[in-house]
Amino acid sequence: MKKNKLFISGDEAIAIGTKLARPHVIAAYPITPQTIAVERLSDMVENGELQAEYMHVESEHSAISAAMGASAVGARTFTASSSQGLVYMAEGLHYASGGRFPIVMMNANRSLALPWSIYGDQRDSLGLLDSGWIQVYAEDAQEALDMIIQAYKIAEHPKVLTPIMVNIDGFILTHTYEMVEIPEQEAVDAFLPPFETPNKMSFEEPKNMGFSSQPIDNTEFKYQQDRAILYAHKIIEQTDAEFDKAFGRKYHGMVENYRCDDADQIIVTLGSICGTTRLIVDELRNQGEKVGLLKIRYMRPFPEKEIQELTANAKAIGVLEKNISFGYEGTVYTNVNSAIAKTGKRPYLKNFVGGFGGRNISKDDIRKMFTTLKTQEKTENTVEYFNLNVATDERR
Amino acid sequence: MKDDNTPTAPKRITAKNMTEKEFFYGHKACAGCGGSVAVRLALKVTGEKTFAAFPAGCMAAVGFIYPQMAFRNNAIITTFPGVASMASGISVGAKALGLKGYKTVAFAGDGGTADIGLQALSGMIDRGDDVMYICYDNEAYMNTGIQKSGLTPYGTHTTTTPAGKNFPGSKTQKKNLFEIIAAHDIAYAATASIGYPQDYINKVNKAKQVKGPSFIHVFASCPTGWGSPTHTSIELAKEVVDTGLFFLAEYENGSFKLNKNPKAFKDIPTYLQKQGRFKHLKEEDYKLIEEHRDMKWERMRRNWKHS
Repeated sequence: MKKNKLFISGDEAIAIGTKLARPHVIAAYPITPQTIAVERLSDMVENGELQAEYMHVESEHSAISAAMGASAVGARTFTASSSQGLVYMAEGLHYASGGRFPIVMMNANRSLALPWSIYGDQRDSLGLLDSGWIQVYAEDAQEALDMIIQAYKIAEHPKVLTPIMVNIDGFILTHTYEMVEIPEQEAVDAFLPPFETPNKMSFEEPKNMGFSSQPIDNTEFKYQQDRAILYAHKIIEQTDAEFDKAFGRKYHGMVENYRCDDADQIIVTLGSICGTTRLIVDELRNQGEKVGLLKIRYMRPFPEKEIQELTANAKAIGVLEKNISFGYEGTVYTNVNSAIAKTGKRPYLKNFVGGFGGRNISKDDIRKMFTTLKTQEKTENTVEYFNLNVATDERR
Repeated sequence: MKDDNTPTAPKRITAKNMTEKEFFYGHKACAGCGGSVAVRLALKVTGEKTFAAFPAGCMAAVGFIYPQMAFRNNAIITTFPGVASMASGISVGAKALGLKGYKTVAFAGDGGTADIGLQALSGMIDRGDDVMYICYDNEAYMNTGIQKSGLTPYGTHTTTTPAGKNFPGSKTQKKNLFEIIAAHDIAYAATASIGYPQDYINKVNKAKQVKGPSFIHVFASCPTGWGSPTHTSIELAKEVVDTGLFFLAEYENGSFKLNKNPKAFKDIPTYLQKQGRFKHLKEEDYKLIEEHRDMKWERMRRNWKHS
């Protein structure tokens, strides 16, 4: 069968993936570098390619609020944001997950002001890790497109009913072009049936939703929410396997194991930097080094078991992230470290932090990280700001 | 475009022919609550197929206490700034799904409308979404414990504008909310008071016919926040109109109309003195309040249609 391939940007891939998922309502507010995605969706609504209502909301807060309203009557909904916009809708993020509205959102990972920066890092979404959303990070445009389609299937699963944030690195993925295979609409329709939910307002069964709870009930609601997102783990794997069957592409569910099996040194990371890391792993493997890449795809639910298994025999593990929880360490590191600590093993662990506000992470940066892991260089801090332009790290 | 949407005269609904069905009952609103009267009457007009949205506020707090849900119709609590946007989403989502014969109504207090919800409301009207928005104005943030809002009138003692030696309570006048909404060229906007229930019912009925955004600013007493006896809620909501401190008006076809144009106003201090929140006011405050009223009425009478 001839494959339909297009040379498109990450934003365009998101737009096409969204179109193929047939949302009823799109509510979005423009923000760089998400804009191309919503512009393309607007084009598709205009030319009739996509039968959906496009809501020109006046803010991100209203984008998520409108998306929840549409979801509350049983409509499949999409929204998209980035950075300042994402944190502006933060109230709604918690609200949507608590209300169990299976909204799918694209987030173009971008730095947060101050200082202003339109360029990428992952502090925006990682800072909202506790908002109750499933968070997935794509490595390239193809994965971004495929994940939008998978996301609806996972989010709308009756035992999950949890919104999903599909993250792609601002500019590095949103604005770069690559060949992307476009699934057939019929195949997507077969893979992703129309949205059905009992969790909606209807005339047959009127409901009062978004209610308040008293201290006697609240913990139970939060417990159920937590169980649902934990249960999503299984649905994520199942959906990825079904996707593979339908489209011939798979992403290995929660994480991807790239040459980790016999690796002594492993870099754990997420998003587009996995691509560069993969190249360096191949390069060093060719030189006889036993190195691997553990690509985290989902930050929530967290792939604890997978990380424990894949790092079980590693001597040194580095967590590379474009994020810092000020005053401590990178959030990804905190999570990975917690998973490893539970095994009782203490390999050499390092948190490589950098690439903020769009700063490039080079192949050489990653080579150096593997060297640090191999030599198990003793440093004062677990956190290493790599490629730093100030003389010394005064942190203690 | 928006002007083509002028409502046609619907069948009149009165106390006599109004449905006996209740849509909002078993709730925990305070005795004498004006907001709950505004909601109850409006739902009797908009009926069974109403999607009602409420931001965090009194009606949300008293109507949705799990597991005791107080609405017969579909209803939802929204975020505080998000009632208009969520109501928009409901309306647009229902349209996208092909549902028919429904009305989406957003109910919010004065703070939820004139302050934190104003941006989303402006967006909703701008998009032309099919939502009736009713602001029940009890002139302060009552649910959180009587704090000043943008619709708190001059001289009001609230917990954040305490009246003392230095301040007369609230130092600012009410925002011109009705005119702010009308400035969007909305198809239909009106002011009303639970003290004039038939006029309010007529306006809700009229707004119901609009295919697009409509807006009603209804004055609704709050004995808890005002320090007034619970049995005086309707009386005070009538008196506020009769003193000219509130007004009954409509905006349609691009022009304003005063529905009630009293030849003589009732005495302002008499109205104010019935409420604990105004007990501290002095002669000079009465004078200031009266001057502001006269200035507003002079402008309304000059620019708006009236009898």
